[in-house]
Amino acid sequence: MDTSAFRRGARDAVPLLLGIVPFGLVAGIAAVNAGFGLPTAVGLSVVVFAGASQIAALELLRQDTPLSVVVATAVVINLRYLMYSASIAPYFREFTARWKAALAYVLTDQAYALSVASYRSDRPVDRKWYYLGAAVTLWAVWQVTTVAGALLGTGVPDAWGLEFAIPLVFLAILVPAIEDRASAVAAVVGGALAVLGAGLPLNLGLLVGSAVGIAAGVVTERFPEGSDGD
Amino acid sequence: MATSYDPVALAAAVALIGILTYACRLSFIALFGRLDEIPPGVERLLRFVPAAVLAALVLPSFVTLDAAAFAPDKFIAGALAAGVAWKTEDVFATMATGMGVLWAVRLLF
Repeated sequence: MDTSAFRRGARDAVPLLLGIVPFGLVAGIAAVNAGFGLPTAVGLSVVVFAGASQIAALELLRQDTPLSVVVATAVVINLRYLMYSASIAPYFREFTARWKAALAYVLTDQAYALSVASYRSDRPVDRKWYYLGAAVTLWAVWQVTTVAGALLGTGVPDAWGLEFAIPLVFLAILVPAIEDRASAVAAVVGGALAVLGAGLPLNLGLLVGSAVGIAAGVVTERFPEGSDGD
Repeated sequence: MATSYDPVALAAAVALIGILTYACRLSFIALFGRLDEIPPGVERLLRFVPAAVLAALVLPSFVTLDAAAFAPDKFIAGALAAGVAWKTEDVFATMATGMGVLWAVRLLF
C-alpha cells in the first residue's frame, strides 16, 4: 500500500466534503420520511452508494410509486457512471479483475473528477492508492452523514418543512448540469412536462418529462442555432 | 406519509437498484480491451440525462398547475434558491437560501 498516495487522495477530497455533508444528511432525512428504519437506511447507502438516485428513490417510495418506476428512475440517474467508467478504464487497465471490481464500487462523480485530473497532471501518483484515498474518504463520510441525517430526521418537527431540502439538493446539482443551449432545452422541456403531468398515475410525468427532455436536447444539438434545420 | 411497501419488496428494489448501479460503474472498467468506448449515439443521449431528469424531479416541487395545491412559500423559496444556485453553484448556499426563505415566508404570512 502506498500510504502517501492514499493520504494525498484523501486530502484532495476534503474540500469536496462541504458539498457531500448536506447531501448525505438529506439522504438520511429522506429515508426517515419514507418510513425506513436505520438498518434499511444504512443498507440503501451501502448497497447503492449514489446520492441523487437514493434520494429520488426514497421520495418516490414515500409516494408509493410502483417499484418498477422507482427502480427505473434511480437507474436512469446512475447511467452517468457508464461515462465515468469508460473514461477512467484506461488508467485501471493493469489492475487485477478483483481490484477492478473493488475500485468500481466506490466510483463517484467526485472520486472520478479528482482522480482523472490527478492522472492527467504532471505530478506522478500511484493511481490505485490515490483513487482509493479519495474514494474511501467520500464513502465513509457519506455513510456517517446518512446515519446522522436519519437520526436527526426523526427528531425534527414537521413544521420545519425539512423535506423541502430534497428538491433543493437536486436544484443545486441541476444548475451546473446546464452547460449549454442543448442541455438547457433538455432541462426546460423535462421540467415543464413533469409539471404538466404531475397528476398522472404511476408518476408518469417524471418518466415522460425525462425521456422527452433528453430527446429535445439531442435534437437541439443536432440543429444548432441559426441553422434552418433542413 | 411513509411507504406502504413491505420490507421484502423494499429490500428487493434496493438490491436491484444496487446491482444495476454497480453494473454501470464496473462496465467499461471490466471490459477495457474488448470495449474501449461508448458508442457515440449513446454518449449523446447520456449527456442530457442529468439536466432532463433532475429538472423533471425538481420543478414539480416548486410549481404546480393545480390552483388549490399551489404553495407560494415553496414557489418563492425555490425561485430564489435557483438564483443562488446559478450564481454560486454551491450546494450549501443553495440549501441555506431555500430553507431560509421558506421559513421566513411561513413566519411572515
